[in-house]
Amino acid sequence: MKQREPISTSSEWTFELIQKYDQEIARVAEHYGLDTYPNQIEVITSEQMMDAYSSVGMPLNYNHWSFGKQFVSTEQQYKRGQMGLAYEIVINSNPCISYLMEENTMTMQALVIAHACYGHNSFFKGNYLFKTWTDASAIIDYLLFAKNYIAKCEERHGVDAVEQMLDSCHALMNYGVNRYLRPQPVTPEEEKNRLLDREEYIQRHLNQIWNTIPKKDEVIQDRAPRFPKDPEENLLYFIEKNAPLLEPWQREIVRIVRKIAQYYYPQRQTQVMNEGWACFWHYTILNHLHDEGLVTDGFIMEFLHSHTSVIYQPPFDSPYFNGINPYALGYGMMQDIRRICENPTDEDREWFPDIAGSDWNETLQHAMRNYKDESFILQYLSPRMMRELKLFTITDNAALSSMQISAIHNDVGYQKVREDLAASYNIGNREPNIQIYNVDIRGDRSLTLRHYMHNEQPLGEDTDEVLKHLHSLWGFDIHLESVSPDGNIEHVRHCPTKVNVDAVA
Amino acid sequence: MSYIIDRRLNAKKKSTVNRQRFLRRYKKHIKRAVEDAVNTRSIRDIDRGGEVSIPSKDISEPVFHHGSGGIRQRVFPGNKEFVVGDEIKRPEGGGGGSGQGQASNQGEGEDEFTFQINQEEFLDFMFEDLELPNMIKKQLRDATSFEVRRAGFTSVGSPDKLNVVRSLRAANARRIALSGKERRKIRELKAEIKTLEGLPPSQEAVLQIAALNEEIKTLNKRIKRMPFIDEFDLKYNNLVRTPVPSSKAVMFCVMDVSGSMTQSIKDTAKRFFILLYLFLTRSYKKIEVVFVRHHTHAKEVDEEEFFYSRETGGTIVSSALNLSAEIIQERYPPGDWNVYVAQASDGDNWDGDSHLCRQVLEQRILPMVQYFAYVEITTGSHQNLWLEYEQIREKFGETFAMQTIVEASDIYPVFRKLFEKKE
Repeated sequence: MKQREPISTSSEWTFELIQKYDQEIARVAEHYGLDTYPNQIEVITSEQMMDAYSSVGMPLNYNHWSFGKQFVSTEQQYKRGQMGLAYEIVINSNPCISYLMEENTMTMQALVIAHACYGHNSFFKGNYLFKTWTDASAIIDYLLFAKNYIAKCEERHGVDAVEQMLDSCHALMNYGVNRYLRPQPVTPEEEKNRLLDREEYIQRHLNQIWNTIPKKDEVIQDRAPRFPKDPEENLLYFIEKNAPLLEPWQREIVRIVRKIAQYYYPQRQTQVMNEGWACFWHYTILNHLHDEGLVTDGFIMEFLHSHTSVIYQPPFDSPYFNGINPYALGYGMMQDIRRICENPTDEDREWFPDIAGSDWNETLQHAMRNYKDESFILQYLSPRMMRELKLFTITDNAALSSMQISAIHNDVGYQKVREDLAASYNIGNREPNIQIYNVDIRGDRSLTLRHYMHNEQPLGEDTDEVLKHLHSLWGFDIHLESVSPDGNIEHVRHCPTKVNVDAVA
Repeated sequence: MSYIIDRRLNAKKKSTVNRQRFLRRYKKHIKRAVEDAVNTRSIRDIDRGGEVSIPSKDISEPVFHHGSGGIRQRVFPGNKEFVVGDEIKRPEGGGGGSGQGQASNQGEGEDEFTFQINQEEFLDFMFEDLELPNMIKKQLRDATSFEVRRAGFTSVGSPDKLNVVRSLRAANARRIALSGKERRKIRELKAEIKTLEGLPPSQEAVLQIAALNEEIKTLNKRIKRMPFIDEFDLKYNNLVRTPVPSSKAVMFCVMDVSGSMTQSIKDTAKRFFILLYLFLTRSYKKIEVVFVRHHTHAKEVDEEEFFYSRETGGTIVSSALNLSAEIIQERYPPGDWNVYVAQASDGDNWDGDSHLCRQVLEQRILPMVQYFAYVEITTGSHQNLWLEYEQIREKFGETFAMQTIVEASDIYPVFRKLFEKKE
């Protein structure tokens, strides 16, 4: 490759330099076939970065005390020097908005541009989960709609009433997601038009399900079809459509929280891949620039320094250990896939016959487009990666007095470790599986939820608090049954707590 | 193609609203922290911002998550010597599985959520729901100072208040208005010329055009003759005098320094005075403080002497009240000043004097002051001064208040009681 003049030699950045770096990085990204949304790069101060942090990384959001709490704690930690701020925040929108901090050096700005504006950006555009669940061109408009709508509600119904509503919805936010049903993308204009229709329609037809005249016959109770017919996993959706006592504006707030939860859902499932992909590309792109002579040796040294600290994985017994570092795992796997494609060993040929020796860029693009963390690890985690990270599984059975090492990085253990690691990224395992099971529509309108237990794990101590929130949304009694895989009801919770009934029974 | 935008000058403090929502929600906690701070802090930094701690469990947002128990399989990196089948002890506390929960992402296991509030917020919480009694009533009634304010424009006035811009604007308007007829005529003539020019050229047309041009010239001259500025155009700035409420306040600290007042009692009094001072600074621009101390006779002193010198002797409270009344009359006429008096004493007074105190207060002081607050710092029972003052309270409930302080932690609550909002 022909050597050229470096773009810059000093560590100070200017807007002209950012533009030049961006052009060069864009050229290299195109060379590798990265398909991205247009970029909107915004330079901000650390204070603005803290603002962005506290509104869950969004450029705008509705007002809520929990964001204030987040801000206060971020500010506190930052001022005390307990944490540095992220170098960048990137938003899955079209154009793709990335924030650069003004404190960064030129090298860091270039790193961030390569990482966020081309790495994450192409992931947002290409990955199937993002394509299915999010609409990058509409999110900013939707957030604006949500912010204004909630502000209007506060004016009309008071800050306290809205706050209470949001608290309840936030408690159930992770259960405001359709995991299997594909949503129809809606433009903000449509959203607005539908709003009025919806308010009216729901209120008019809602009482349908209560219309049945209660019969005293208890036998019928047993045979009566359940409502909903199939268990409903999206609790907020069910509440929005069926809670009998909510006002139209309250339903709309439920809907807003649900929509935003849905928007975040892919991010929660692709953290390892997303970060791994972005790290892989900032590494590849900046090294490419170095090979062309466009960046200096000093630049590449500074870059490598922060790159290596980002992808460092402390061992489990280190004081710095805080779970598996998604950057380390993701980046390691991406590089490993490239290695398997370019220089496969016999082991690789045995484990990955279909990709060993294939075109690495194509293979990586395919993986990026069609997998999420769980399936990505299950598919691509190689024995070599497991040896490098020295992965091992601990089985902790509360019924036994000690924990056991159930698999390590050796021939007999590879499959098991890989499966265990993949399973730990399955949201279905990480979060309790709770679904709406039945509404007693002929009786006291109580709502019964079922917790399908996973590995005999019980619910945490917050559960009663969450049920209180659910109760305030539903308006009638709530029952939560924990069910073991063989169908036995292991544990039942009630809200409000059923003291009298228990005493009678 | 990328857009690069400099957002650094955009509005900061986007989170202000959220932060305030947060403070609002945890008002009770913050108030308690402020109260503690007021009671324990040294006097010098009582008005700085402060640290507030809230128990994490009060502040957490509940979500469904797994509790400890059941079977968990976790993958860890960095194996050194483990082989399959090794048994290891469960780490203390939490059974090794709780790390999986993602409920708290910033608390990091701390029991307290701690954050800073700044000085202004601190004072806001400190003096929340308190008010200076009788402030509004007094404000405008005896206003003696005036402020000159603009009040538009007039057409009469002295030359020094002439507003040039307005005057010329009026002149221009007048000229436009009065020349309307002429200018309309000129426009018509010009249009006529244009149509004539459009026709095929002829001798007659040329003549006609010349005549029309002549007419335009005379009309223009007539317009020019209109006076450029007329007396009628002149506009003057209109200034009016409006009464302004006095923003000055004087605070009298009156304290007994007889032998019975120990240093710790004086410290308590000092804290009380400082609170009052801080509170007044929130309502008034300028505050003067007068220190009057007394044993058998009263003396005006500076702050150092007020708090730290000790004298012995009997106690005659009326001497201090008389001196205060004199100072008010001489230097702080109630029309110009908002007068506040805070008296601290251990309640000891020479028996024959207490009755006199009541008279002085009722006749000479209370009519002149906004508020008179008396605190008795004592662990013993009340003596005759208190009893006399109680009678005053019945008569002058609006401007007179009294409370007892037993120990340092009472200061703030007593202060709040003295100044709490009255509906």
